[in-house]
Amino acid sequence: MAQAPAATYPHGQANLPAESHASGHAENTSTGLGHRKLLMWTFLGSECMFFGSLIATYLVYRNQNLNGPYPSEIIDVPITSLSTFVLLMSSLAMVLALNGIQRNKPRLGRFWTLMTAALGSVFLFFQVFEFHEFAIHGLTPRTNLFGTTFFTLTGFHGAHVTLGVVLLLIMAFVFSRSGREKLGLVLAVSGFYAVGVALLAHFFKIIPPIVGAPAFVITALGLAAMAGGGYLLAKPAAVRNVKAVSENLEITGLYWHFVDIVWIVIFTVVYLISANDGLGLAQGLGH
Amino acid sequence: MTSTAVKFPTFIARPRAEHGLWSWITTIDHKRIGTLYGVTAFVFFLIGGVEALIMRTQLMSPENDFVSPEVYNQLFTMHGTTMVFLVIMPLSAAFFNWLIPLQIGARDVAFPRLNAFSYWLFLFGGILLNVGWLTGEAPNAGWFSYANLTEKPYSIGHGVTYWILGLQVLGVASLAASFNFIITIVNLRAPGMSFMKLPVFVWMTLVVGVLIIFAFPIITVALIQIQFDRLYGLNFFRPEAGGDPVMWQHMFWLFGHPEVYILILPAMGIVSEVLPTFSRKPLFGYPFVVFAGVSIAFMGFFVWSHHMFTVGLGPAATAAFSLSTMAIAVPTGIKIFNWVGTMYKGHLRLNTAMLFAIGFVTMFVVGGMSGVTHASPPTDAQQQDTYYIVAHFHYVLFGGSMLGLFSGAYYWWPKFTGRFLNEKIGQVHFWLMLVGFNLTFFPMHWLGLDGMPRRIFTYATGMGWDSSNYWATIGSYLIAVAVLVFIFNVFYSRKRGAVAGADPWDGRTLEWTIPSPPPEYNFKVIPHVKYRDDFWYTKHPELVAEMEGHGGHGSAGHKTISGAADMPPGITGEHGDTGGHGVHMPDKSYYPILVAAGLTFGVGTLLIQEPVILRWILPAIGFTFAFVSGLGWAFEPVNEPAAANDGH
Repeated sequence: MAQAPAATYPHGQANLPAESHASGHAENTSTGLGHRKLLMWTFLGSECMFFGSLIATYLVYRNQNLNGPYPSEIIDVPITSLSTFVLLMSSLAMVLALNGIQRNKPRLGRFWTLMTAALGSVFLFFQVFEFHEFAIHGLTPRTNLFGTTFFTLTGFHGAHVTLGVVLLLIMAFVFSRSGREKLGLVLAVSGFYAVGVALLAHFFKIIPPIVGAPAFVITALGLAAMAGGGYLLAKPAAVRNVKAVSENLEITGLYWHFVDIVWIVIFTVVYLISANDGLGLAQGLGH
Repeated sequence: MTSTAVKFPTFIARPRAEHGLWSWITTIDHKRIGTLYGVTAFVFFLIGGVEALIMRTQLMSPENDFVSPEVYNQLFTMHGTTMVFLVIMPLSAAFFNWLIPLQIGARDVAFPRLNAFSYWLFLFGGILLNVGWLTGEAPNAGWFSYANLTEKPYSIGHGVTYWILGLQVLGVASLAASFNFIITIVNLRAPGMSFMKLPVFVWMTLVVGVLIIFAFPIITVALIQIQFDRLYGLNFFRPEAGGDPVMWQHMFWLFGHPEVYILILPAMGIVSEVLPTFSRKPLFGYPFVVFAGVSIAFMGFFVWSHHMFTVGLGPAATAAFSLSTMAIAVPTGIKIFNWVGTMYKGHLRLNTAMLFAIGFVTMFVVGGMSGVTHASPPTDAQQQDTYYIVAHFHYVLFGGSMLGLFSGAYYWWPKFTGRFLNEKIGQVHFWLMLVGFNLTFFPMHWLGLDGMPRRIFTYATGMGWDSSNYWATIGSYLIAVAVLVFIFNVFYSRKRGAVAGADPWDGRTLEWTIPSPPPEYNFKVIPHVKYRDDFWYTKHPELVAEMEGHGGHGSAGHKTISGAADMPPGITGEHGDTGGHGVHMPDKSYYPILVAAGLTFGVGTLLIQEPVILRWILPAIGFTFAFVSGLGWAFEPVNEPAAANDGH
């Protein structure tokens, strides 16, 4: 029996350092793609089945409600079209952010990264408003099958958008190297959310104490913080490792675009197709 | 490197322990993680086995009262769940972990820390699933927990909730591990190792990974739905609100049928390595074995409703699923012929590993045959929910998967530990297990055809089932003895087993080119692969001409994917062959176990509904802890800069 000692195994050639294996720089992998980018693609494949199952459940239970409110009484297609437009524009901002970084213009890249997160957040504000409105009109997850499937499907989509916003904000923080920039970033982001929450609270009475004067004070402070943050961030910035940052941003972008595409399906299925769903088939058949 | 450009607060110092408990807790070495998977899964195997023995003792005689019906419900639920999710899947994962990097010529998996994370999540999920035994309310609705039996008014207490939350955690662990292995196999193959030169075990791992990432999201959604129904009063499976319990069955089996291939394909991969080695022939019809595996995985998504023939889905659906179920027997049959063809005219060496592999093939054929019988809906209607079904799936999962895994254990033990498992004790183990297994499960075929229902804690006297049940119980004790013999063999061989060299079996794959047990960095020099079964042809160059003459699987004119032959000299790195001393392995890390602990705490405490304030605070604490630890993980460099400089 041939006992080939390890060291003399003949075809040996490349002695790749292990860390290059682990960090997966594209040039050292079998496919030429980085490990993490491949991970994101595989993950998104898996996510297709996740959202596919939720959407399938929605479709199976469509028109099976035993009691109202029915979709036709409650769904507001024009407003959701507006929020859909905002979310789709965030994908454009995402592309511009990556483009900025790849052209080695970090300030531009950071601006559009923040824009993406902002547009995503506006979409989430719309969703908070919508959930609140539905609850006022008597639709909760417990009310009927539409409530159960609607809130679960759009809720999990909203959670995905939220995770994407968090990733983008971390990404923007990573670009920002000096204390001045970090301060500017914290001011701008917290100002933005203060304005958003105050406006939501004032106009839709979501948080009772923040109505009228307190809401306007918070809005004014938030706007001031955004202006101050913007001033601090306006100074030219530098990113040391453009390649690594742009790879991270590209991978985050894959996720972001995927979540947008899922929304296009949800918008079609839940809003456009179901907009006229009234009394379910169950009643129609005389149950 | 990605993260070195970023200064980020370090929460905790980098672990440095090389020995002892902390070195295991913080390890990210795929071989150590493989060992952890193997040992943990074996402990769960013993737990699941004891559950089975208690059930068999209860059934040994009619109208027995060894356990109460309530306990019996918990036993069969936990036995099934444990064996599927905590034994066969993680034992397969132990082999994936140990062997995939070794067989493709890599130093570790693509994401070493994610790998450790998968293990810890599996361990914590397994514990969460079993917590019910301590509180006296283990899950009790069967391993497929049909709605609406699992809804609140019908399943009170926490039992089913433990099941839901435990499986949710285990699902994340399986998904993370599958992403890791898919990317490792796709991206870390040694230069020259194109897909059609991969060992079959690697192929089957890849297929299982793809199955998991497409099947597990479905059960994740189903578990979320039943969890929302139970905990928050939603309507997914509640008929009184218009929900449809059959929807749960569709969701569960759409996951559940791919799951059975997730359980069997790793064992198929193992025997596809063992049989050629001990037949001293290349695997017969390699492309057929590979493509049969791929088509089993693909068709596995289109047969789920054969678990639901008696639900009444209508003739069209029933006919379609009956046909697809019969069709999926074809690729499985192809594999059987390939294995038999491999052994045909081979120079067989009948050692323990080979015996277990042959045992796998024969027992799996029996299980496959009974499987084809329930592809026919009228026949299935009679077999549904009887012991015939129990016999069938134990022939494929115990006679199939477990025998295959034992075969792998005996085959690779020398590689894992540097010593052989004792051959004589091994043969005792094999024969005891084979006889005990058949004695236990073969009588269940006719018990089932005679109408004995499964999942009933006892049966009346005078049904004619007494002696079959008696002997089945004796058989289960024999299996228990066989397992004890295996445990004895492991401890006996730790010190007294014969020392194995690098290549004790005259192997064919890359793991046999390195010392046993392998050094931390696996390969001093990353091998360059020319042929399928490259190591074999390196040792037997006289066979190369014969193989290429047959137009076989040679590399002549075969463009390798990585183009290794023309690889620029720069890629060999600055280290050269320094006897492994220039190789920097990724550093250990605390973060995988911390993130896993936070996630499990967050998911597990969803169980606590009273008082209302804890309902939100405890999960929030868990998820926040996981998120912050995740940040620490994301900004922790793979290698500490200082460690990289001192050259180990």
